[in-house]
Amino acid sequence: MDTAIPRPSLAGSRFGGFIGFNLFTAIALGVGGFFLGAYIGGQIAAGKDYLIATDQNDVGVFLGFLFATIGWLGGLGFFNYPVKRMLGRPATVPVEQATGIGRYFRLSLDHKVIGIQYFFGVGAFFFIGGLNAMLIRTELLTPNERAWPAGQYLSLVGLHGTMMIMMTSAFILGPFGNYLVPLMIGARRMAFPRIEALTFWLTPLAGLVLMSAIAWNGFPTGWTGYAPLMDQARAGMDAYLFAFLLISISLTLIGVNLLATIIALRAPGMTWTRLPIFVWGVLSTSVLMVLAAPVLGAALLLGILDRSANTSFYIASGGGSAYLYENLFWFFGHPEVYILALPGFGIVLEILPVFARKPLWGYRLAVAGMLGVAFLSFFVWQHHLFVSGMNAGLRPFYMLTTELISIPTGFIFLNAMGTLWQGRIRFTPPMLFALAFFFNFLIGGLSGIFLSDVPSDVTTHGSYFVMAHFHYTIMGGLVFAFFAATYYWLPKMTGVTLDERLAKIHFWTMFVFFNLTFFPLFAAGFLDMPRRVSTYAPHLQTINDFVSVSAFCLGGSMLIFIANLVLSLVYRRIPAERNPWHSRGLEWQVPTPVPVHNFETVPEILAGPYEYGVAGAPPVARLRPTEVSA
Amino acid sequence: MTALPEPVARVPRHLRRIVVIWAVLTAIAVPLVVLVLGPHLPPGRMTAEAGAQVDANTVMTALITPIVLIILVYFGYTLVVFRARGSAIEDGAPVFGHAPTQTMWVAFTSIVVIALAAWGSYTLIVSAHGAGGGQGPNPIALPNGYQKSLQVQVIGQQWNWTYRFPSYGGVETDQLELPTGVGIELHVTSLDVTHSFWAYELGVKADAVPGVDNIVFVHPRKTGSFSIRCAELCGLWHGHMFQTGYVVSRDAFKSWIAAQQKAESKNQRYLPPYSGHYFPEPLRRAG
Amino acid sequence: MARSMKTAAVGAGVAIGAALIAYYVVSYLMVRPPTVAAAGTAPSARITLQTVASIGFGPHPDWVSYLVKNPQGKWQHSTVLRVPAHSLVHVTIYQYDTATGLRNPYWGGPRGIVGEMAIDGKPTPTLDPDLASHTFAIPDLGVSVPLEGVADDAKNQCGSAPCTLGEAHKTITFTFRTGKRGTFRWQCFVPCGAGFILGFGGPMQSVGYMDGYLSVV
Repeated sequence: MDTAIPRPSLAGSRFGGFIGFNLFTAIALGVGGFFLGAYIGGQIAAGKDYLIATDQNDVGVFLGFLFATIGWLGGLGFFNYPVKRMLGRPATVPVEQATGIGRYFRLSLDHKVIGIQYFFGVGAFFFIGGLNAMLIRTELLTPNERAWPAGQYLSLVGLHGTMMIMMTSAFILGPFGNYLVPLMIGARRMAFPRIEALTFWLTPLAGLVLMSAIAWNGFPTGWTGYAPLMDQARAGMDAYLFAFLLISISLTLIGVNLLATIIALRAPGMTWTRLPIFVWGVLSTSVLMVLAAPVLGAALLLGILDRSANTSFYIASGGGSAYLYENLFWFFGHPEVYILALPGFGIVLEILPVFARKPLWGYRLAVAGMLGVAFLSFFVWQHHLFVSGMNAGLRPFYMLTTELISIPTGFIFLNAMGTLWQGRIRFTPPMLFALAFFFNFLIGGLSGIFLSDVPSDVTTHGSYFVMAHFHYTIMGGLVFAFFAATYYWLPKMTGVTLDERLAKIHFWTMFVFFNLTFFPLFAAGFLDMPRRVSTYAPHLQTINDFVSVSAFCLGGSMLIFIANLVLSLVYRRIPAERNPWHSRGLEWQVPTPVPVHNFETVPEILAGPYEYGVAGAPPVARLRPTEVSA
Repeated sequence: MTALPEPVARVPRHLRRIVVIWAVLTAIAVPLVVLVLGPHLPPGRMTAEAGAQVDANTVMTALITPIVLIILVYFGYTLVVFRARGSAIEDGAPVFGHAPTQTMWVAFTSIVVIALAAWGSYTLIVSAHGAGGGQGPNPIALPNGYQKSLQVQVIGQQWNWTYRFPSYGGVETDQLELPTGVGIELHVTSLDVTHSFWAYELGVKADAVPGVDNIVFVHPRKTGSFSIRCAELCGLWHGHMFQTGYVVSRDAFKSWIAAQQKAESKNQRYLPPYSGHYFPEPLRRAG
Repeated sequence: MARSMKTAAVGAGVAIGAALIAYYVVSYLMVRPPTVAAAGTAPSARITLQTVASIGFGPHPDWVSYLVKNPQGKWQHSTVLRVPAHSLVHVTIYQYDTATGLRNPYWGGPRGIVGEMAIDGKPTPTLDPDLASHTFAIPDLGVSVPLEGVADDAKNQCGSAPCTLGEAHKTITFTFRTGKRGTFRWQCFVPCGAGFILGFGGPMQSVGYMDGYLSVV
């Protein structure tokens, strides 16, 4: 029973919830902060020729964004508790409300609320990025620029890529890591709830800052932001730099928080070998986030200095080097793609045993695979620079490490194959998406073999082959795993069942059109089509038209998903059972909807979650001391 | 139906079936890949380096085909044979792992991967002398007789390519013609931002980085035309940095370069001296 | 919440989303300068352009820019031109800006034109690259013509567009030939984007200022 003494909540709840510390106040203070910062920046820059360039004042823009961030966080109420303590007031923790939609628009310290906030917040920006992709494919219907002129097209490409990478970096760890990790390890909260809330609230801010680039006509560099083109660009580039900087901070913090939670807050009996494989995936991803995301911050900060303070870190004629940016960026960038892939591995290996009704085959091999991928991912980044004029003697080394990383990745496939063997497979929507993950990642991963071989990479680097490769691994892998996780866990997270028929229609249309969209792009890359171009050789028009039409249908399949969400969450609201999938996982043993404090008392873990088919296996945990285990 | 594992005698039958299906499909697919698809794999055989890339692509496609097939056949078979029948929830066999299978898998994948890396390194450094990729200012994969190569500088700028021939008085042209049967040493550099010189049929790609002399060796074998594109996003007209280059006979090249020298003679005195890289004004914010 | 209220909320959400997307597409993505046709028809056409140091109006008043004279004789702020195919196009450019200097002196020699270019009436085989203020280049057609700059100490320099012939300028004339139909980009090769690093940002990367399209129909 919850015996906490009710204390006044920090978040505003008067006048229907609109006045107080919430999202609306955050937006208001953020916008106001931007103009204040831009004004101050203008005063600083006045009279300094190198700071006032024709119609763009980068100092003003950056200061504006900085003040906007402070206003945003202040408007949400992040400074309330520290300021109160500094003023000597007593420490009060707000009572978390169990129901009501208003709590999702405020600063909440309940990891479950933050998980749902992440789901919709990151999901909304995912769809905005997807919209940009549809607009890109519209332009690519013709070999010349018909729809949008070249400058706007480049901004579309940059906005699509950056929005996707920024948002999908926390696509799984945000919603599902935050919501499920405490439940899966038997804890009541994450290690640092306030930091957890911060990592969420920085994310929509970064999305809005990135979209503000449109006001300055976008940015021309694509999501990789290569210097020195980045130094040359107009003020939209500043929006990209600042947004990505916010994300790098958010990623670092979410990694720290998850690592601390998994290491320190496991319930008694939750040994490392009983940890759900999803939590292992989260752990290996968190290691990457903590170590790699700060390097991105460094790369972007040097770019900010180049643009606003007349330094020449990346400008060769001033003594700098374009290679500095490329190496700093890709030192982050390569672990980043494993930040995207590893949670997907965790999800699908978590789901497969439930719907094959078999233990996870080769648990330790799976853990070794994930940790091996995480470790090796720091040693491969120069494969993005094979033809750039990097030190030629290092290319065989990076070829070897890049090829080696396919070994631990292959373990995941062996785990899946062993888990299916002699199972009793049920084809539910989560299972369909999890199986499609393996098909897509097979193609994506093996195309990586071509790219890791330097002679072959000479033709495919910077071409549509690379595009197809990473869309297969990121979209075919991570996004499919995201939908698998959504259909699997949303009944627990929202307490509402999703429509199964719409889910299966969503699956089949998405799977078919995804492959029809991206498989021909391997051919386009082999046939001399570089990336990020709006014009191409006329003989490639047939392929491009086929891909564009398939892409539009793929976008349509996403609309089916949204329709399912609206129908199920807004209209039908059929209550979900406690454990609709008959899973052994600990998160399924708590009631639906999950109580505010998760568990009544600290559970005692008795067995692993994958003991399907084992005669006489104990239940996964003893939830109440008085309960006698079977 | 019970939850006990299937009788032992039935397990080898499944495995045998999977292996047989896979073997048949592989026997059909691999020759198709090597003989039918192989000759059409990019980037063609106009140069020795491009030919090396075609061979690399053919070998890798032929190697990946059986791997793809075994995974697809296995998944397809298990998803059909081991699916749940009826609506009752019943458990499968409680198998947690199998050490010999895991060891074999690790060993097999490691051998394949290390062999690929070794063979790729050999191709890159020894047999294909860089395979058409930019090696930077200190190349290590040097072809025989590289000291006698024809030096051609490729200058990337926003948004066009120009070329300089140091052994012909440093003449600069805006079209590229190369002689066949001659070793060519391309020096790729940029005047402003990072571009990438991608000559598709030549099998050449080298980033044009400001302040860097990126060296590529290429040996054309056949005459013909090749397309030149920029493969690194460089600003507004990145997609429009398209040209057609030509590989011509040695005599045709000589007369072409002589014509270029004559046409450029009036402008020649304004060109800077030939150098590995250039830092032309304005450098910082202009104006 | 009543069902009708839910539908109203969902409908409002969809409508707002669609409106935002439409606004994004129409007022940002599709914006391009108007197409201005050359005077005359095939097989001979005339284009008259001017380059100014700062345009003086619009969202970027201090950006350097091209302007084009439309068939009615008025100066229009656009760089999207239309010319007939298989024709000779005679170009006159009134150049009002001071010299910045060519980054690559190679472009000081005019290329891809019929005959020679003339600066202030005098045939000029090549231009000292330090005197170049801008270029008019159509790389896909092999055309590149340097435009000489006004001396820094010239009297009566033009402040903002449109400039008149009474102000200090250089007149550059040349002729090029068009082939089959198509759309080609054209650009300036002088790093004249003042205030941007390497001189190639801002107006140098914006259609409507120092870049444009040539529509051959």
